Amino acid sequence: MEWSKEQMDEKEQLKKVKDTARPTVGILILTVGTLLLIFSLALSISLGAADIDFKTVWGTIFHFNPDLVDHQIIWELRIPRVIGAAIVGSCFAVSGALMQGMTRNPLADSGLLGLNAGAAFMLALCFAFFPGLPYSYVIVFSFLGAALGAGIVYGVGSLSENGLTPIRLVLAGAAVSALLGALSEGIALYFEIGQDLAFWYAGGVSGTTWGQLKVVTPWLCLALIGAIALSRSITILSLGEEVAIGLGERMGRVKLLSAVLILILAGAAVSVVGAVSFVGLIVPHLARRLVGHDYRWIIPASAMLGALLVVLADLTARIINPPYETPIGALIALLGVPFFLYLARKGGGHV
Amino acid sequence: MDALDVNNISVGYSNDLIIKDLSVSMPKHKITTIVGPNGCGKSTLLKTIVRVLQAKEGAVFLEGKAIHTLDTKEVAKRMAILPQTAQAPSGLTVFELVSYGRFPHRKRMGRLSKQDYEYIHWALDVTGLNDLRDQPANALSGGQRQRVWIAMALAQGTDILVLDEPTTYLDLAHQLDILLLLQRLNKEEGRTIIMVLHDLNHASRFSDYMIAMRDGAIVTEGAPNEVMTCDYLRRVFQIDAELISCPYSANPVCLSYQLCEHSVGCKVR
Repeated sequence: MEWSKEQMDEKEQLKKVKDTARPTVGILILTVGTLLLIFSLALSISLGAADIDFKTVWGTIFHFNPDLVDHQIIWELRIPRVIGAAIVGSCFAVSGALMQGMTRNPLADSGLLGLNAGAAFMLALCFAFFPGLPYSYVIVFSFLGAALGAGIVYGVGSLSENGLTPIRLVLAGAAVSALLGALSEGIALYFEIGQDLAFWYAGGVSGTTWGQLKVVTPWLCLALIGAIALSRSITILSLGEEVAIGLGERMGRVKLLSAVLILILAGAAVSVVGAVSFVGLIVPHLARRLVGHDYRWIIPASAMLGALLVVLADLTARIINPPYETPIGALIALLGVPFFLYLARKGGGHV
Repeated sequence: MDALDVNNISVGYSNDLIIKDLSVSMPKHKITTIVGPNGCGKSTLLKTIVRVLQAKEGAVFLEGKAIHTLDTKEVAKRMAILPQTAQAPSGLTVFELVSYGRFPHRKRMGRLSKQDYEYIHWALDVTGLNDLRDQPANALSGGQRQRVWIAMALAQGTDILVLDEPTTYLDLAHQLDILLLLQRLNKEEGRTIIMVLHDLNHASRFSDYMIAMRDGAIVTEGAPNEVMTCDYLRRVFQIDAELISCPYSANPVCLSYQLCEHSVGCKVR
């Protein structure tokens, strides 16, 4: 079909508007995404080993009756795990977005760079040496563990002569993750806490309790607000270090703050779900496709998309082979590995 | 007053100083070019001037004030830099990239102000990028990309513009295109331009002031006809050069050259 000149002009005009009017697109995507998220949350609460209709779900939330088994299931099991999934997804995704922006490394992800393995290792130590430690302390150990993992990976990575390339960091991350994973398993065997830890490694939100949510939610909110406050600086940082300095960015402060936020986000997520990789890798790339390069939009979009991804993964994990639950870590890896290979093939180009 | 004064700086690691006790001044409203062989420390000097590197000793003074004591955002309102290795993240449009030049002037989360837009449009205009404003920056040709980065630095609205090898990797016409643009900015707007160039003839033709470096020290500095002499070229680059007068600028340019050990002498026509 031939386009007349007028139609072409119109198309050009439309394209121009589309290209420049990113805030409008961003608002649209965030709105649609939030609606989708609410819908999948409801769907996820209702579906499972025992299907429960929406009416009962509604009834549980607004007229909770502890004598009804269905209400019990929904209130004590389904709702916490679904909210947990959403929170964990947001945490991993935003930490990934911050890492990718700050380091200009398109392969940055808390799982691939050893933060998750570090946090999980610290959790294993917690279970072994301080069994019964309240969760509000456990989460702090998880933050420290994430810092430990990141520290070792950057340490190992920077030993190489030609500096830190994205691929090299990921290799160091894989090696360190394998080591920390093996150590955690050793601890689990020696202290006979394998049962407690097994699901943590596979990655699952089924054990999420209201108690955990109460502890983890404030951390997430704090970190999200911090990430959004930093987002403009992250955009500037993503232009490259020298350009950022030239534009008057306060490098030390921004880098320190984002590092702290990344550790909080990754640590908090691991303490709920275990070491799930790839959420922080896939989601920010997807968000960038949708809302452009401005981190003021990428960060909220990542939070929303990350929540959506993990909620859907958790739902799939439950209905794929009922009544057994497939580990969501494995499901997300099914998406994540091909995506990683695609990015690596592109030569780890620029974010 | 000079735009920038470098006072007794030493840069590098303590046991391996790249620059040792170097002092130099760069005049205001002029084009200053730093030349020298590979590894002579010219990029290190430039990076220290723009506070990417920190001097171990000594200090750089921006219009009389020590640069490391000034608020980095305030410095960014007065001095823009174009690093050698600037690379745009994929997907960013020309307009977006240029708009980041307004970063040091903007408040917290605010939108672009009318003044911001004026600067951005002016920068796109001067660099001839108006038609490309909605294109993704990293899909452009090398010459266009370089102009985008210059436009970003211009949008910053600073009096001083510092560029590290702005013509590297460009073909002859595009090199000239960039240099003529810088010359126009200097002549018409009085902007101070400080840059590192590899091409001696370009340096001579377009500069008011040249600084020649070797082994982390300054060999000579001054107007092009004072720096572009056979004697200094031999000392700085270890070449014997045939110099003629540039038909466009009347400054000396190098017609051809020979490595020192093979040559019999240096003739000036």
